[in-house]
Amino acid sequence: MALNSKPERRTDRDEKVSATKLHATQYVVVIVLAILATGMWRLQILGVTNYRLLADANRVRKIPVVAPRGKIFDREGRILVDNYPSVSCYLLREQAKSLDADVPMIARGLDLPVEQVQLILRRYAAQPKYVPIPLKQDITPDEQAFIEAHRNELPELETLDEQRRLYPRDGFAAHLIGYVGEVSEEDLNTSKFDFYEPGDMVGKFGVEETYDSILRGTDGSRDVVVDSHGRDVGQLGQTLAIPGQDLRLTIDLDLQRVAEQAMQGRNGAIVAMDPHTGEILAMVSRPTFDPNQFAVRLTKAYWSQVSSDPDHPMMNKAIQAQYAPGSTFKIIMSLAGLEEGVAQGMRVMCSGGATFYGRFFHCDHAHGMVDIDHAIPWSCDTYYYTLAEKLGIDTIAKYATEVGLSQKTGVDLPDEATGTMPSTAWKLKTQHDKWYAGDTISVGIGQGAVQATPLQLARALSGIASGGVFKRPHLVFPDELPSGMASAIDATYPGSGDSTLPIAPDVWETITDGMAQTMLPGGFDTGAAVRLEGIDFAGKTGTAQVVNHSVNGNNLLTGNARANAWFVGMVPRRNPDIVVAVLCEHGGWGAEAAAPLAAQVINAFVSKQRRREGNLLAVTPKPAPTPAPTPPANGTPTALVTTEPRPTAARTAIVNRP
Amino acid sequence: MRSISSFRDFDWMLLSLVSLVSLISVLEIKSATMHTKFRGFDEKQIGFLLVGMGLMFLISMVDYHWLLEISPWAYGVSLVLLVVVRVAGARVMGARRWINLGGGVHFQPSEWVKLVLIIFVARFFWYHAGRGLGWLDIFRAFAMVCVPMALVLIQPDLGTALTYFPILVAGLFLGGIRPRQVAILFLGVAIVAGGAFFSGKRLKPYQQARLTSFMNPDADPKGSGYQIRQSLIAVGSGGLWGKGANKGTQTQGDFLPIPYTDFIFAAFCEEHGFVGGMGVLFLYFLILMRLIQDAQQAPDIPAAFIVMGVVAVLLFQILVNIGMVVGLMPVTGIPLPLMSYGGSSIIFSFLALGIVMNIRMRRFVN
Repeated sequence: MALNSKPERRTDRDEKVSATKLHATQYVVVIVLAILATGMWRLQILGVTNYRLLADANRVRKIPVVAPRGKIFDREGRILVDNYPSVSCYLLREQAKSLDADVPMIARGLDLPVEQVQLILRRYAAQPKYVPIPLKQDITPDEQAFIEAHRNELPELETLDEQRRLYPRDGFAAHLIGYVGEVSEEDLNTSKFDFYEPGDMVGKFGVEETYDSILRGTDGSRDVVVDSHGRDVGQLGQTLAIPGQDLRLTIDLDLQRVAEQAMQGRNGAIVAMDPHTGEILAMVSRPTFDPNQFAVRLTKAYWSQVSSDPDHPMMNKAIQAQYAPGSTFKIIMSLAGLEEGVAQGMRVMCSGGATFYGRFFHCDHAHGMVDIDHAIPWSCDTYYYTLAEKLGIDTIAKYATEVGLSQKTGVDLPDEATGTMPSTAWKLKTQHDKWYAGDTISVGIGQGAVQATPLQLARALSGIASGGVFKRPHLVFPDELPSGMASAIDATYPGSGDSTLPIAPDVWETITDGMAQTMLPGGFDTGAAVRLEGIDFAGKTGTAQVVNHSVNGNNLLTGNARANAWFVGMVPRRNPDIVVAVLCEHGGWGAEAAAPLAAQVINAFVSKQRRREGNLLAVTPKPAPTPAPTPPANGTPTALVTTEPRPTAARTAIVNRP
Repeated sequence: MRSISSFRDFDWMLLSLVSLVSLISVLEIKSATMHTKFRGFDEKQIGFLLVGMGLMFLISMVDYHWLLEISPWAYGVSLVLLVVVRVAGARVMGARRWINLGGGVHFQPSEWVKLVLIIFVARFFWYHAGRGLGWLDIFRAFAMVCVPMALVLIQPDLGTALTYFPILVAGLFLGGIRPRQVAILFLGVAIVAGGAFFSGKRLKPYQQARLTSFMNPDADPKGSGYQIRQSLIAVGSGGLWGKGANKGTQTQGDFLPIPYTDFIFAAFCEEHGFVGGMGVLFLYFLILMRLIQDAQQAPDIPAAFIVMGVVAVLLFQILVNIGMVVGLMPVTGIPLPLMSYGGSSIIFSFLALGIVMNIRMRRFVN
């Protein structure tokens, strides 16, 4: 082949390569090196700032330092919600060699279903790669060991020490405290959650939700220098986490405990509040749930258990249960009747019921001649049927609305219910129908379309018994909040709030005296069964039918058709220091089911006050109140007009305040 | 013809420049590997350099005319070796490029072939010099280069295969190809390339990915764009003066890929900045200018061809490697001559320089 043939030496020919061409190659060299120098100039001189940032982004990793959430205390500083240290597992996508291939191993090691890991990854797919993904919280020592042992195979797994919520056991105060959970995708899309990131723990219910912004604090971070394998090779600096503020609730742990025990095994709610301030002293809802299950990882099983339970454990019945208030509504009826000047002179003959608009309405006794002073303690339905007929629905609705029915109270808890107060306008609006006068009759005894929550009734009674000064119920002392927070909370949770309704003194005295009679022996109402020795205990029971409002009493006592038992009570009868509302779902008679529970709470309150006052200097007893209801015409027992024996050691303010 | 030349005529100037680059190389390899499992590569590089220099002195003793004489045989042996390595070579990272000589020594025929090709092409154009190049000559030249190129390409080793091409280009240019022929060749290449593109015969996926990531390094930052991206960050963050020896965060943190071989210039630019990088470029400039000067003073035509072949290969490798490091060229895996760690590359460079010395020492022969 020619290629391999020996070339002839042609020494006769030009033995030099063209000098021009060699010269040209020098230019080529210069051009090539100039191009390369330009490239270096572009990066090192023009792009240096940008590339320095990128180089730092490469090696400096922000490790989040989660701010410990503020603790929650009761009004006396006793701890309700604490934190405990726990370890979470995060996934750093930037470190992963092949994330998809690692998923089964990660899932096995962390004891998670593969689909769940994939779901979590998918949820973060749109996030920048440097965002750490919280994979599993509160991991076990075994899982921690797995992560440590697989640092090389799974460099993307990282553990992080965190503080976790420790809630009281057995669902104690669960509804008012609420719980924290991972912020949901839907929430993140709303403006309220602008400052939250996926994986953040956020208050979901109760005061945890309401006061999330002050409880949560501000997360910090550590700037750690790493190499390309994610190995920690030094620390640059850190931004300290600002712990969340502690929160003191108005709850009194002692009362709460009594209320919790009282409701044990029942369905319903107890709420106790201080009428002077609106501070909620105790709030219980049953059945309850375990917030600890939500705080770490909510299992599907637990969620379906609590969400499908027909007794609604996830519902805070103190503010969310809306039921016909039954006879407790007679307090409001009495207010309307007296303020309108109708009830004062009204006497009704009760023969076990009466006929209105061609239909017979039952009363559970034949009370005989009844006036307002007896109508309350006897809870005479006939009287209130008559009163309702005379007042008319819109007058009743006016007073009911003024004391706060059919509107939220404005308590600082999420998702409060509004209840219902029927009126002609309401019926026209909701049912496009005119109001029939016959419908008014059952409203008179708190049946029909009337619906109220325990807290609404507690607030209404608080205001009426305080001479028309109504307070916004609340769980946190407003002056302990950062400036602006209290008004922001008020704006976020609007409701009837603080209001004043001028009530003539004799009107509210008549009502509260009647409620005090209810609790006395000799009263026809079985409220007397829970009479508290030495305490000026006033209250009103209610037994509200669930299925229909035809008053025949036949179906009051069985199963789910069983009536809801209500009780609202207070101590002392005027300007009370505590008002308690109790709802027992399907509890039957209010006097039997609900009133004793309220009595336990009130008893605990009073004995606590006595204990405390006993340690202090004796307070000069104020003049005793002079409850002087007009003696009934038909000669009721004198017991009706006797006041309670005055407790000697008791703090006078509780029992004797007029 | 004087057969014995003296070391007084040895190109000490060139040797000094090369030694300076080699010293920089050793220091940067030391810096880039000090915290890795490749620690000690700087010492191995010194070993390669010493072997290379020894070979350089040896080959400078042999009259290059003899090398021209035997180059057809060497070329034949080269082709055989390339076939052998394809069939029986050690498989490293999916490619058969190495022949295991035992004792931990690997031999990469493709580097060796480069040297043979330079001499063989020089001999070929010497034969045709001044006569003008016919189409048959051009075809033969192409065949000479493209056969070993194809054998290397299927190893697969695109980078090394590409380095054969400048040898052909230099030869054709100096050999007297006419502008009209160049134009026709370009047209032909365009047609072939277009045909290949539309026939569906494509680059391998990893080569495609490299091209894609060259066009847009951020497209897949953890994938094939990663290397370019990290290299740009390393060079760019070096700034004017650099971060200081052994202080490059990209280099020391193992973000920069293979900072002791293909990306050694990025590592150097990170730690020594624009000033340092320009210094190295200037050294290369001096070396290349010195070589071209040697070509101008060459005693005969094949000598000039050999030197210019060396110049073409070195310039091409510098262009492609540094171009890659600063984001002007795709990732091809071509080492930076005299800088990158690696025995085959170093030994090629020094053998090539040895032949240039050889030629220089005989420049007054006529």
